[in-house]
Amino acid sequence: MTPPRIEIKSSPHIKRAGSVEQIMRTVVVALLPVCAFSVYHFGLSALALMATTTLACVLTEQLFNRLSGRGSTLGDYSTVITGLLLALTLPPGFPLWMAAVTGFVGVALGKALFGGLGFNPFNPALIGRAFAAAAFPQAISTWTEAGHPARFTELLPSTLTAPFTTPAPVDAYTAATPLGQWKFQGAELQAWELFTGMTPGSAGETSALLILLCGLFMVARGAMNWRIPAAILASAFLTAAAFYAADPGHFPTPWAVLFSGGLMLGAVFMASDMVGSPVTPAGVWLYGLLIGFLAIIIRFFGGQPEGVMYAILLGNAASPLIEQITQPRPYGKRKGRGA
Amino acid sequence: MELLSLLRGRTFRRGVEAPEYKELTAGQPIRRLPFAPRLVLPLDQHFGDPARALVRKGQEVVRGEPVAEAQGPRSVPIHAPVTGVVEDVELMPTARGPKSRAVILRTAPGDSQAVRWSRPCDPERLGTAELIEAVQRTGLVGQGGAAFPTHLKLSIPDGHAVDTLVVNGCECEPYLTTDHRIMLEQPALVLAGVRLAMQTVGAERTLIGVEDNKPDAIAALRGQIGADEPITVRAVKSKYPQGSEKMLIKTLLGREVPSGGLPFHVGVVVNNAGTLAQLGHLLPRGEGLIERVVTVSGPGVDRPGNYRVPIGTPLRAILEAVGYREDDPSRIILGGPMMGNTVASLDVPITKGVSGLLVMPQAAEEVVASSQPCIRCGRCLEACPVGLNPAELGRLAANRQYQAMEERFNLNDCFECGCCSYVCPSNIPLVQYFRIAKALNRERKS
Repeated sequence: MTPPRIEIKSSPHIKRAGSVEQIMRTVVVALLPVCAFSVYHFGLSALALMATTTLACVLTEQLFNRLSGRGSTLGDYSTVITGLLLALTLPPGFPLWMAAVTGFVGVALGKALFGGLGFNPFNPALIGRAFAAAAFPQAISTWTEAGHPARFTELLPSTLTAPFTTPAPVDAYTAATPLGQWKFQGAELQAWELFTGMTPGSAGETSALLILLCGLFMVARGAMNWRIPAAILASAFLTAAAFYAADPGHFPTPWAVLFSGGLMLGAVFMASDMVGSPVTPAGVWLYGLLIGFLAIIIRFFGGQPEGVMYAILLGNAASPLIEQITQPRPYGKRKGRGA
Repeated sequence: MELLSLLRGRTFRRGVEAPEYKELTAGQPIRRLPFAPRLVLPLDQHFGDPARALVRKGQEVVRGEPVAEAQGPRSVPIHAPVTGVVEDVELMPTARGPKSRAVILRTAPGDSQAVRWSRPCDPERLGTAELIEAVQRTGLVGQGGAAFPTHLKLSIPDGHAVDTLVVNGCECEPYLTTDHRIMLEQPALVLAGVRLAMQTVGAERTLIGVEDNKPDAIAALRGQIGADEPITVRAVKSKYPQGSEKMLIKTLLGREVPSGGLPFHVGVVVNNAGTLAQLGHLLPRGEGLIERVVTVSGPGVDRPGNYRVPIGTPLRAILEAVGYREDDPSRIILGGPMMGNTVASLDVPITKGVSGLLVMPQAAEEVVASSQPCIRCGRCLEACPVGLNPAELGRLAANRQYQAMEERFNLNDCFECGCCSYVCPSNIPLVQYFRIAKALNRERKS
């Protein structure tokens, strides 16, 4: 009788279904409605922008994979997420050549040089965005009107700016973001408009409602830790409420703060990136509270109207420290001992 | 739900809810399989010091007779599970490895196989020391998997007192249903064992923890408890690893066994329900442990069930009796799928601590799946019942910083339940790393 082929393995012998690919694919699926809404808002230019950043990110990753002699990592979808997220943080009319450079820098400096997925301390999309803010200050603060009538038939003039040139502003298209209007012109923020989303802004920072729904989808599919956005939004709301209570004439209502700018996109899709956030359950809360607080402080007192990007990058930077002070207490060990 | 259960003292923090696969065997009454023609009795099949053989090649033995004696206080005797002839005393492959000294018995064909050796006693007239000696003479060890000698568990060191006996009827490992069937079919024996154990350790009360997926067993046990007896059956949440004694103590009593300590440090002794049923049966009759109930299950088994098997029965004899698939590469697992060990040969015998025999053909995709970098999702931290940081431990293990794992991240508190590996989406063999790290640390110290 032939014996069965016996396999020798160390336990456990069963595994829960689920893989890194599944998590990342779920995030991509959750991003698609946000992307679609952005295209509906801003038209062909937004679409071209997403295609460009995604392609740039994917090609950069493949280039570094080849240079370092490892196989393709496209299967894990994480670079697609970076590409789409990056596009969503940029103005819809951002010149495509700049978008390509930004994508390259984000993945190269933000991810590949650290060793790829799992080793990047910062969110690569935000590294790209921070680079663009420094390198292309004018282009990145030129916003366009949402729902322009010709958006599905023609590209914004700035989109196709020739490489290594800066677009000339065209007044007929430009518009200030609600946060910019508040900061520089003292205009009031309209919470409901911001919540549903027909306002000027970055390609993806417009409908808070839609982003929240997509976030719920990710939570339901186990692809996101809900505590991170919950902590950020709670902290941002409370910080803003404190300022509003102190001076209602100057500061916007906390609701408007919650739904404006990149806060929702950042909280749901960027700060929640597992790699850059603490791994400890208590640390996750602390990390979220820190980001929400910093975002509002930068918004209210910084030189720029929006502060979410820097708040998240600072949160990423603080993650290892937060982790150190929030190590869980093992069973049978008293607090303060061990650790 | 989780929070509610925590507050009501019906579960512990974290852990995992895994598919149970218990429906394969939970409804199968305990049945006896035909006696195998040849039994292998390893002398080191229990925790502690090995037993010393009392028999020679060619000697005839009767069912129940001791064939090996305890070698000192941290050891137990071994009894003949069949009437037959000693074929040899030699090195044999066992679940522990390729070579353990073992008594090999050839079963006498056509014998009725009635138990022909016993030394009955009246436990009520025995003092603590005599009771512990009597327990040792039965050769009883923990039936849940660890095979820790029961008389040692019931020996409370001077200076410590035990107020509560905790009975572990959780059976949280997927597939396994032996304790379930024993509690359901022999509740009187379980309770007899409970009373003997309470008497031995001087406990004032007993808490029996049973996972709430076994309501019939809970009802059966409750039916055996006298109105004025300080014995309570408590339904606990079905969650792995609820049956780990530290988790069960936390759940039922809210006490935490100190790191590196034992249950008696918090006034508790824990015994498995199946072990106590054996105690209730063996001690008054003065018989030895010669058979046990084993759940034989898994996708590769034709007739899964709960079988009463003589100790020493080779796995091959059991699997041939119940039918199994031979075509695929399989894991043959002793115990449950979360903590059980695979064996290299079907010649390995069932020993006193084996509660399950699983045949799990390996799906193609599972064999291929390789591990990926940690994406720091934190699922392992949400699963670890001890409250360790498996992600960080895994990173340190990959960098071979085994000492830091122990000194800074409490490696030695890990009891290797496998929850971290079970949930890891990157397929990182976390608990497997931890076993290696512990072994290397032990080696370094010795």
